[in-house]
Amino acid sequence: MSTLHYLVLAPFIMAIFVPFLYKIRHIHTGWFVLALPLVLFLYLLQYIPIGVSMVPVEEIVPWVPRVGINFSIYLDGLSLLFALLITGIGTLVVLYSIFYIANKKDEPLNNFYVYLLMFMGAMLGVVLSDNLIVIYVFWELTSLASSLLIAYWFHKEKSRYGAQKSMLITVTGGFAMLAGFCLLYIMAGSFSIREIISYFAQVEFNESLFIPAMLLILLGAFTKSAQFPFHIWLPDAMEAPTPVSAYLHSATMVKAGIYLVARFTPVFGGTPEWFWIITSFGLVTLIWGSISAVRQTDLKAILAFSTISQLGLIMALLGLGSASFLDSVAEVAIIAAIFHLINHATFKGSLFMVVGIVDHETGTRDIRKLGGLMAIMPVTFTISLIGIASMAGLPPFNGFLSKEMFFTGVLEATTLSVFNVGTLGIIFPIVAWIASIFTFVYCLIMFFKTFTGKYQPEKLEKDAHEAPIGLLLSPIVLASLVVIFGLFPNMLSYTIIEPAAQSILPYIVDPYINIYHWHGPNTELFMTIGVVLFGVLVFINLKRWQEATFFLHERDPLNRVYDGGLDGLVSGSKRVTNLQLTGLLRDYFVYMSVFMILLLSWTFFRYDALAFDFTNVSEISPYLWVITLVLIGATISIPFIQHRITAIIGVGVIGFIVALLFVVFRAPDLALTQLLVETVMVVLFLLCFYHLPELRKEKFKPKFRMTNLVISIGMGAIVTLIAFSAHAMRHNLNFTPISQYFVENSKPLAGGYNMVNVILVDFRGLDTLLEVLVLAVAALGIVALIKLKVKEGQDV
Amino acid sequence: MKTNFLMLHTITRIVSFIILSFSIFLFFAGHNNPGGGFIGGLMTASALLLLYISFDIKKIKKAIPFNYSTVIAIGLLIAIVTGLNSILFGDPFLTQYFEYYNVPVLGEIELTTALPFDLGIYLVVVGVALLSILTIAEDDS
Repeated sequence: MSTLHYLVLAPFIMAIFVPFLYKIRHIHTGWFVLALPLVLFLYLLQYIPIGVSMVPVEEIVPWVPRVGINFSIYLDGLSLLFALLITGIGTLVVLYSIFYIANKKDEPLNNFYVYLLMFMGAMLGVVLSDNLIVIYVFWELTSLASSLLIAYWFHKEKSRYGAQKSMLITVTGGFAMLAGFCLLYIMAGSFSIREIISYFAQVEFNESLFIPAMLLILLGAFTKSAQFPFHIWLPDAMEAPTPVSAYLHSATMVKAGIYLVARFTPVFGGTPEWFWIITSFGLVTLIWGSISAVRQTDLKAILAFSTISQLGLIMALLGLGSASFLDSVAEVAIIAAIFHLINHATFKGSLFMVVGIVDHETGTRDIRKLGGLMAIMPVTFTISLIGIASMAGLPPFNGFLSKEMFFTGVLEATTLSVFNVGTLGIIFPIVAWIASIFTFVYCLIMFFKTFTGKYQPEKLEKDAHEAPIGLLLSPIVLASLVVIFGLFPNMLSYTIIEPAAQSILPYIVDPYINIYHWHGPNTELFMTIGVVLFGVLVFINLKRWQEATFFLHERDPLNRVYDGGLDGLVSGSKRVTNLQLTGLLRDYFVYMSVFMILLLSWTFFRYDALAFDFTNVSEISPYLWVITLVLIGATISIPFIQHRITAIIGVGVIGFIVALLFVVFRAPDLALTQLLVETVMVVLFLLCFYHLPELRKEKFKPKFRMTNLVISIGMGAIVTLIAFSAHAMRHNLNFTPISQYFVENSKPLAGGYNMVNVILVDFRGLDTLLEVLVLAVAALGIVALIKLKVKEGQDV
Repeated sequence: MKTNFLMLHTITRIVSFIILSFSIFLFFAGHNNPGGGFIGGLMTASALLLLYISFDIKKIKKAIPFNYSTVIAIGLLIAIVTGLNSILFGDPFLTQYFEYYNVPVLGEIELTTALPFDLGIYLVVVGVALLSILTIAEDDS
């Protein structure tokens, strides 16, 4: 275990202590938690290469080495960028949450910080692991933590709905991703990403599993990163407390999909499928998100759709950039993607926090009720101005720089000579430009509706006033970063962006990254000017636009597919369940027996396992005949016994005779167990039957009886055949029985003469442990069945 | 007609304790002779069941104030912790150790980590048997 391993595990370890720290009620739990991301962030800073090229760090701890699953940490430029985002924004978010969620008596702060730390650790695990299975485990943990955080105020119906939705969509994608990982393992023979990359660098892309693996992994990435049409969970996730929205649903977790795509670019990049799928999904998401954002009235919903659209932008850039394996003009797209990723985290994070402040201080986020806050909340206003201007892509903020680079990227893409881009390529800049206009429009809406116009105190729940300094601190830091990165973008170029770009495009030796504000009157600049002009025009005419039916429906129409699908799934599975589960034990026995008969006969047939050999059979002594006859007699008599208690005693007789057989064959442990089990069972049976109503034994139709007879005879026959065959095989094929091993080793290896017991507690200890676990679960099941009775007509 | 349980009660008082002591013997005998946690647990359970059946359930509940779901939990915990113990020494989960000691009066005795593991099994079996049967028996609705 290296320091980097502990870095991933630290949040989980911290989470264990949170409930105890929560007991100290007069100090907000957040203050204790705050130290952790800060320390991790400062520790990670030392890995930033200054003046030298990045040397990836690798640490491996074996987990299940036999199947190639290792907890291996691999820190390169891309991981470092994400790890810094996670810990850096994490620090600010924890600081912000201390003031946002008040330390009230019934506020479950311990839950909040446990989930938040769990998320932080899982997310660090995703970006720092090199092993696909480990990534998958952490990936699902982030989904889990996200949905727990969305449902933090679980008494609200909408929170639970949002949590369930995000869980279902992201976990479905995650599961597909796991399948994709397994396909990669089949092809490359390794779960290590770097080994997979080097494998695919050597072979030609002609594997039939290559495209399915790509599609499945992309499904995981798209659901996580809220790409169209899976984006519908993100707006509903806004029910989470605002610090969570700022952290998970804009800065880090939703970028896990971006991370995955970037990580796999060296594997899949350079193929037309990868290029077209990612680019087109990204562009559709970009334009759909920005148009949808315009029609929202809730500030957080605007930001949610804006996040969706910006994620689409980064995704599209990664798609376009993947062409640079064949044509180096696309490299700028990758650089733009990384740069925009950083910028988006800064400005969107600050904007989310600002919206949280507005919500906190006025009691509403509805832009129809807000207005005129400029004079009342001057600091908040200033931060928002910076954030919104950056989001709209105005100079001198960092958003302008990456927006320009984005335009450069799409313009360069039109000149691509690969993948039959040709005339189709003209779509890229057009879509980008239209989406940017709408981005500009919603930025204007956010800004003017909130801060200008008339202040309407009668519509607000609280008297608006400036937020306390603690709440403002985090957005101020982020807004200053927006300005600093805007004015001195090149402080990032060779420290963060270049190492990250090298992880995505490993062959780039010395990329030329120089980011300027002024790059002459070129097409990009005119595009930006056009965006501003048309954006203002649209905003002025917004009143006329809003009457269109499209703008009256705030909710995404795709939600209908999800809601309908979910309802259909629930009612459909109910119908299937009701079809199988009749509530009659005998039906279940029929299912089980028929299945076993079919399975076993198929096995006999398939492996040609049926064999008879009665050569080595010992004599059957007279008293064994007697015992066996009594056994058979008792068994046959049971169906004919009318009285229940007598039937139970009959079953008991069978059990005791079996115990006797064990004694005869010298198996004292088995005999003892059988006797005791039989005793306890008879008591249990009597108790159960005591509670049953005194009914006449049901009369079945003869035909029904016939099937049951056939099934029971079939079951008995198949078990007998297995016994015969096993006996015959043992002699014919010379199998050595495993019992000899235990006979020889039970004393020297486990220190006991009783082989059965030694097998139970030592050689096969895990089996025993799991068996008693099953027993315990069954007992709890009985308690649940009896104590929590379902009334007539109720469904579970 | 009022039934008289005098015989049953008198015999139960004696027999159940004989069964109980025998079950404890079986539990310890386990490693070298027939017996062990599973068998011992079942026998303890049947002794206790005898008590419950012949006397009033409520009365016995007062005399044996165990919550059997806790017994199950403790049993599982003991078994798992014994298994985890070996991880501390770098061996796989559930590796059992044993060692012979010379104790002055008793002579050579063997101490194994399988014993606490078996104790866990014993507790789970007792808990499961009694919890399920008592839950069914107490159900009066």
